[in-house]
This record gives sequence, C-alpha cells and structure tokens, in this order.
Amino acid sequence: MASLKELKGRINSVKSTQKITKAKQMVAAAKLRKAQSAAESARPYAARLAEVMGSLASKVTVSESSPKLLAGTGSDQVHLLVVANSDKGLCGAFNANIVKAARLKAKELEAQGKTVLFYLVGRKGRAVIRREYPKQIAHMFDTTEVRDPGFTEAERIADELVAMYEAGKFDVAHLFYSKFRSALVQEPTGQQIIPVPTPKAAATQSEAVVEYEPDEEEILAALLPRYLKTQIFGALLENAASEQGASMTAMDNATRNAGDLIGKLTIVYNRTRQAAITTELIEIIAGAEAL
Amino acid sequence: MALHFELVTPAKLVRSEDVHMVVVPGTEGEFGVLQGHAPFMSTIADGALKVYRTENAAPEEIRIIGGFAEVGDAGLTVLAERVEG
Repeated sequence: MASLKELKGRINSVKSTQKITKAKQMVAAAKLRKAQSAAESARPYAARLAEVMGSLASKVTVSESSPKLLAGTGSDQVHLLVVANSDKGLCGAFNANIVKAARLKAKELEAQGKTVLFYLVGRKGRAVIRREYPKQIAHMFDTTEVRDPGFTEAERIADELVAMYEAGKFDVAHLFYSKFRSALVQEPTGQQIIPVPTPKAAATQSEAVVEYEPDEEEILAALLPRYLKTQIFGALLENAASEQGASMTAMDNATRNAGDLIGKLTIVYNRTRQAAITTELIEIIAGAEAL
Repeated sequence: MALHFELVTPAKLVRSEDVHMVVVPGTEGEFGVLQGHAPFMSTIADGALKVYRTENAAPEEIRIIGGFAEVGDAGLTVLAERVEG
C-alpha cells in the first residue's frame, strides 16, 4: 500500500491537473461564443455569393473554354486532400476525427488506383499523416503564428491551391474539416472544392433579364477563386467553432474525471491514515499491557 | 424613393440601409444605382463607393477591394473582400 505522503502527492497533482482543465474549459466556452458569432457573421456573404454563383452557373454552359476551376482538368487521377486541423490540443478527438475522415477517403481513392496528395492546414494532423503517407504531403500550411485563422489565411490557402492547380499538380481537391453542429456535436466533413461544384440556382428567381458587365463568363471566372476562398474561410470558421466546442466538452469530462479521482484517492488516504493510527494505538496498548 | 443598399464582406455585414443613390466603380466604368434600377451584375474595380444618403447630401466614400455588385429587386448588394476605413 502506498504511503501517506505518496497519496498526498498524488491528490495534489490531480488537483492541479483539474485546475488546468477547468481553466481551459472556461477559456473554450468564452472563445466558443466568439467563434460562433464569427461564423454567423460570415454567413450573409457566403449565402449571397452562392446565390450569385448559382444563377451565373445556370446561364453558362460548361464547355472546353470555360474556366478550369469549373470544368476540371479533364482527368481525375491526382486527388489533393486539404485537411484542416487545429494548432492546439486539449480538444478531445476533434483532430483525430478529421484525420480519420481524410484517411478513409485516401484509402478509398487509393483502392481506386488514384494518387493521393495531402495539403495540411494546422499543426495537429501532421504527425499522423506524415507517419502514414510520408511522401505524399504536398504542403503544410502553418497557422501557428495567427491567433484566429481568418480571411487572410483562407485567401493564402486558396491562392496556393489555385497556383498548384494551374501548375497541374492535382486534378481534384477535397476539403476536410469539422462542421459545427453544437457544442456537443461536431461532424467531420469532406467536400469537393476543386473543380468548384456549382451551387444550385435558387428555385424561383425574378424573371427579369439580368444584365452582366463584363459578360457572364468573365464574371464567373472572376468569382470562382473568390467562391473558393469563401468556402475555405467558412471551413476555417466552422473548424474554429468546432475546436472550441470539442475542447469545452473534453475539458468538462476531464474536470469531472479528476474530481472523481480526487474523491477516490481521498478515501484511500483517509483509510490509510486511520489504519496507521489504529496500528499505533494497538502498539501502545500492547506495550502498556506487557508491563 | 430609397434604394436598399447592402455592403457585405466575409467577416460581416458592413452596411444595410436605405440610401438615395450609390455610385459604383465598375470594371467597365462607374455607374450610379438609383431605386428601380434594372437587374444588373458587375465586377468592381478596387476603389471607392460613393454613397449619397439624400439627393443633395455630400457623398460618403467607402473604399473596397475585390468587389462585386448585384442589383436586383431587393436593391443593391455589394460583395467585397475587404473594406477600408
């Protein structure tokens, strides 16, 4: 049986762990609110842009001459998986879930004989993917220096992706991130981002003839990269909110577990203490009787 | 007679208000939008939007980067990547 001092040390160390998890939980709760409101305020732009894209795409027929971002390269041999993770841990299975979704897709694609490349955003997914696909990481995008990945980062990611795409490094890109459902539920999602899947046109648009300046195709060509940026930006925001949500839940659990553990250890400690006292008493009484 | 004008960036909805007229620096030339403008879409050169709150008021300038304008039944919507000032 562990000595009293040892037990006391263990209780203290669990207590300080609990303090950390509790602090992290409260920080996550505060950040979650911020991340959620950021995600909400990004919605109008994304919705408008999707609307415009939808109505434009319904007017332009996809042909050889249409922009490559929309029409594709004509092959689908090389797939790029863009995996967006967080930079910090302490958020439960959040990163693991995203990586798992990406790996499933990678296996599926490889089974079909395609080439798979990775583009990693954030620090946390790197180790796992590097271990499994050491030679297939196209690029690692670093977000450790920025506090909250924002539109500037989305823009840089999109620009790099488009540059790689134009250089013919890949044919299809999928984006993996975690969709924020609630503080308790985050859903790892994968979606195709290049070639840009055309958003569905709103069902009943005004019948009036819309004038375009310059023409539809040029506008579409100008809007495609922007649409891509918005999608990546949206994913980054969803990811940020999910991370905080996951972190909050995980830390809540950890705090509760630490509490349970402290309770158990305290009982053991008290029993040991009592046993020690009893032994001492017996020793004294036995000594007195022997006289 | 008011034109509903909305300015949206990825970060937030910057403006949503009724104004008299907005002059937009389109890529193929400036154009002014009043209420009842025909449906219209245009890309915007980086530059300043001029917002006239009333007919004779001095215009308020909003500099935008990476913009796109849409005029529909609901009014004028400007999507911009960045808004300065």
